[in-house]
Amino acid sequence: MELSSIINALSLRVVSGKDNLSNAVTGGYVGDLLSDVMGNGKSGDLWITRQVHQNIVAVASLKDLAGIVLVNNCEPAEDTIQKGVKEGIPIMISEMPGFDVAGKVYNLIKKDHHE
Amino acid sequence: MRGESSEQVLNGQKIFEELFIIEGGNFNKAGEVASRIKVILKNMGIPDELVRRAALVAYESEINIVSYAKQGYMKLTVNPDLIMIESIDEGEGIVDIELAMQEGYSTANDRIREMGFGAGMGLCNIKNYSDYFDLRSKIGKGTYLKMIIESQQKNPKTE
Repeated sequence: MELSSIINALSLRVVSGKDNLSNAVTGGYVGDLLSDVMGNGKSGDLWITRQVHQNIVAVASLKDLAGIVLVNNCEPAEDTIQKGVKEGIPIMISEMPGFDVAGKVYNLIKKDHHE
Repeated sequence: MRGESSEQVLNGQKIFEELFIIEGGNFNKAGEVASRIKVILKNMGIPDELVRRAALVAYESEINIVSYAKQGYMKLTVNPDLIMIESIDEGEGIVDIELAMQEGYSTANDRIREMGFGAGMGLCNIKNYSDYFDLRSKIGKGTYLKMIIESQQKNPKTE
């Protein structure tokens, strides 16, 4: 499903990668360990994390992830936003904790597959 | 970060080589060489799945250099049969390679771990995502890693 649909459904605040909100989201991955996401995330995944430093952009870019959702209203570092803008990686902020974000995204994707 | 690149023909095979310099300890630049390698391979028309695997092994070895060495180099070699990435660093070296290869084992300090690195998964990722890999290390001298991804997959690995 399109990333923009998830952004609307979850009222996410977009801070970078605004030109790529039509990215296709095919799955999701939750994790704060970068090598875990590198090893187990899949291209097209929406990455849900608590990490806010700029290295998350490189991971998302190298893995062709659909975007990054930061949980608990965590603000990304300024250089994270700059890097996200430069690389065209959508970084979004949710007020919800990771468990709730993951549950909602999971249901949206599942529903989308059935339709 | 970028060194010399060259393209030559050897025995009728086109070979591309490029050398990159990696600054140890600079996490602001961590991942830049892997990103560059990804772009180069993509521009060569190499299938996405192979490009992503090469980008992953390059990223993990780049992070190792940034985390543990003062400086390091990465060399990318591409010929029609394979993608080879070699990383050489002037670091402390690995005391026990067998232990370092164990998932979850890491000597990373708190600063590295707080950023989500140092989970003891990097070398396992490299092993899982490359078709061939060789790790050599000398205490006090440094570490050499050779990773090969074959173009014609004998043992297809999942992404």
